[in-house]
Amino acid sequence: MQMVITILISGILTDNFVLAKFLGICPFLGVSKKLDTAVGMSVAVTFVMVLATLVTYPLYKYVLLPKSLDYLQTILFILVIAGLVQLVEVVLKRFIPPLHRALGIYLPLITTNCAVLGVTLLHFTNANVSTFPLALLNALAGGLGFLLAMVIFAGVRGRLETCDIPKALQGLPITLIAAALTSLSFLGFAGLADGLFG
Amino acid sequence: MKNETLSTLTNGILKENPVLRLVLGTCPTLAITTSATNAIGMGVAATLVLICSNVVISALRKVISDQVRIPAYITIIAGFVTIVQMVVKALSPALDAALGIYLPLIVVNCIILGRAEMFASKNGVVLSALDGLGMGIGFTLALLLMGCIRELLGAGTLFGFPITAGLIEPMTIMLLPPGGFFVFGILVALAGLTGKRKKQGSNTSGCASCPAGELCGKSEGGTE
Repeated sequence: MQMVITILISGILTDNFVLAKFLGICPFLGVSKKLDTAVGMSVAVTFVMVLATLVTYPLYKYVLLPKSLDYLQTILFILVIAGLVQLVEVVLKRFIPPLHRALGIYLPLITTNCAVLGVTLLHFTNANVSTFPLALLNALAGGLGFLLAMVIFAGVRGRLETCDIPKALQGLPITLIAAALTSLSFLGFAGLADGLFG
Repeated sequence: MKNETLSTLTNGILKENPVLRLVLGTCPTLAITTSATNAIGMGVAATLVLICSNVVISALRKVISDQVRIPAYITIIAGFVTIVQMVVKALSPALDAALGIYLPLIVVNCIILGRAEMFASKNGVVLSALDGLGMGIGFTLALLLMGCIRELLGAGTLFGFPITAGLIEPMTIMLLPPGGFFVFGILVALAGLTGKRKKQGSNTSGCASCPAGELCGKSEGGTE
């Protein structure tokens, strides 16, 4: 139970994928302009993160490691993710059209989202993630952290729209500086996961 | 012809600097620029992958059919990333530890896929190699600039040597994630100020390849 809480807190707050680990910056800056697209993208990312872990974790643990092929990790994982995204798109389109309409446009973008490849690779360096269910939970926490960062940032950007910004900073620069301040607020959670259980 | 070769090489360094002008590859730019040494390591690793993948993709551009090109490119890039990963691990375990997960993540760096789609799939082998080299140098220089600023302000050192010891109190915040976003924001603003502002075309060209094209913020006008 302690593990579960630690993984959730560190994934969502202290080790937030976007604001602490700099993964998935492109969609974070690109798709966060409106709240509904931000939520749609995050849900799609979370979904693919969990699904990718479901496939890559056993593949690494039970196929690559015993055969000492672990150097193939990168190439195999990206192919699995690319294939999986295609598959999910086809399956959703065929069987759950409403969900496909909601998430469809975001799916092709996810292949090149480094947060997804990142989460599948990070399971093996995270000391808290020792079993398969915990890896799934870690992926879910990473996705939820992404969602939280996107939703908060969409709100911040909404406020920026109405501000009078110096010409040189308009567009991307002010967005990055706003991201710096958002990330600063997340620093306040530092040490929370370790301090919780002494 | 000579002119074209030269401009292909220099294009990526200034006019279409992948980081500061096209704003591609932001994840490694923000993450590993906590020191100048890391920045150079990352830049060189990405440059090697960029040149190799550009050459191979350009050589195979008539063989790879249009529908499967993105998976084919990703496979080629992932292959070279794996090679670079093994080389770095063998040559410099310290650098490997410092770059950590961002080394395998070169696979999804949009600079590399972007150049494959925008340049290598349309041009000859030699030009593609030059384009890869130019873009790689541009990427490395931008990373180095970020790395120097953050290391100098955050730790008071440069390549590990103390510079401002006793003069300025180091601001650790510059080494933390907020500092990364902040320095990058300022640099992009400066790049926008110094460069030719009227040329809109070069801003969008880097992103035309990205599948995120229409959704992503670049359509709202990159550095403008």
